[in-house]
Amino acid sequence: MAKSITQEFVKGLWDEIPPFRLVLGLCPVLAVTKSVENGLGMGMAVVFVLVCSNMLVSLLRNIIPSKVRIACFIVIIATFVIVVELLMQAYTYSLFLKLGIFIPLIVVNCVVLGRAEAFAYKNGVVASIADGLGICVGFTLSLTALGALREVFGSGTFLGMSVFGPSFQPFTFMVEAPGAFVCLGLMLCMMNLAGNK
Amino acid sequence: MREIIKMIVVLTVLSSFSGGLLAAIRGGTKEKIEYQQLVFVKGPAIRNILEGCSNDPIVDRFKIKDGDIERSFFVGVFDGKANTVAFEGIGKGFGGDIGLMVGIKMDDDKIVGMGVTTHSETPGIGTKAQTDPKFPNQFKGLSAIEPCKVKPDGGGIDAISGATVTSRGVCGGVTNAADIYKRLKPQIAEKIKAFN
Repeated sequence: MAKSITQEFVKGLWDEIPPFRLVLGLCPVLAVTKSVENGLGMGMAVVFVLVCSNMLVSLLRNIIPSKVRIACFIVIIATFVIVVELLMQAYTYSLFLKLGIFIPLIVVNCVVLGRAEAFAYKNGVVASIADGLGICVGFTLSLTALGALREVFGSGTFLGMSVFGPSFQPFTFMVEAPGAFVCLGLMLCMMNLAGNK
Repeated sequence: MREIIKMIVVLTVLSSFSGGLLAAIRGGTKEKIEYQQLVFVKGPAIRNILEGCSNDPIVDRFKIKDGDIERSFFVGVFDGKANTVAFEGIGKGFGGDIGLMVGIKMDDDKIVGMGVTTHSETPGIGTKAQTDPKFPNQFKGLSAIEPCKVKPDGGGIDAISGATVTSRGVCGGVTNAADIYKRLKPQIAEKIKAFN
């Protein structure tokens, strides 16, 4: 418990930013970032799940026997994921249709399980919430940035609004799966370059 | 032994707690989700069929028990009179079931509109039944009492070129809807009075 709450929060924004530094949870990162809206929506869903599950795991860390801890984590995470799924269906149905299968798949997102196992199970409630928030804000920012890049070049829009005007020929490669890999790779490369200075 | 008991107790309590929470949230959001699904999945077709109605057909809906299944009917109010219903029929297409919405005017038993909602037809060929308005528009004004057929089968519907099976499936779906209409007409007439 050497680090302060602020440090726990800030580390998720750069040092341990999930898709780029930890390189975890890539499945949704690559699949849903076709547009800013999708990236942001997915990020928000993960924020809710991770913060809640981190909080609960850390609250229950003295009760949960270590032999069945993974099972307990999955039960907790799955519960919150279904909560998110139901709420999204009820209030943001169009976003739910776009994200589709990737909402239930948050259950097996290694960022969420990873934080429960690596952090929340060993640390206090406040620190766990800070850690969860930090990681999630980092995750959401990365998804949004990746979504923005792919949407701007791939369909010439930002949040559905046209950026370059009607004469722009969309670079459709960017919204396809290979474009996701190339984009992620380039961003990772940029971050490493920036970090090595 | 104590450890095993502890594990079982913790997991059981955790699971039942989560089950309870989920049941509560599911109950709370059920109606809202049903409404959203209607708006996004069937809404566009319903609105298209009941174009120009003065009410919200997705709010003004009722259910009738037909054997083991409950069918939903959407009411369209025209000129202050609730005289049109839209509901689902199912036909056999090329890639599976074709779900479609049919709107029928109660006064003269005529079809006012038809729209395909769910299907798994060949993209670009069979999907024209949903995307090309020319095809569904042919059903407007047909009688809901007679079975509906494509031209090669002796009916009046021009099949989509290259997608005869899909066209037949859609006709089958409309006929299916017409059968439901014929069977349930007294009950529909009874229920629709409430929306006048």
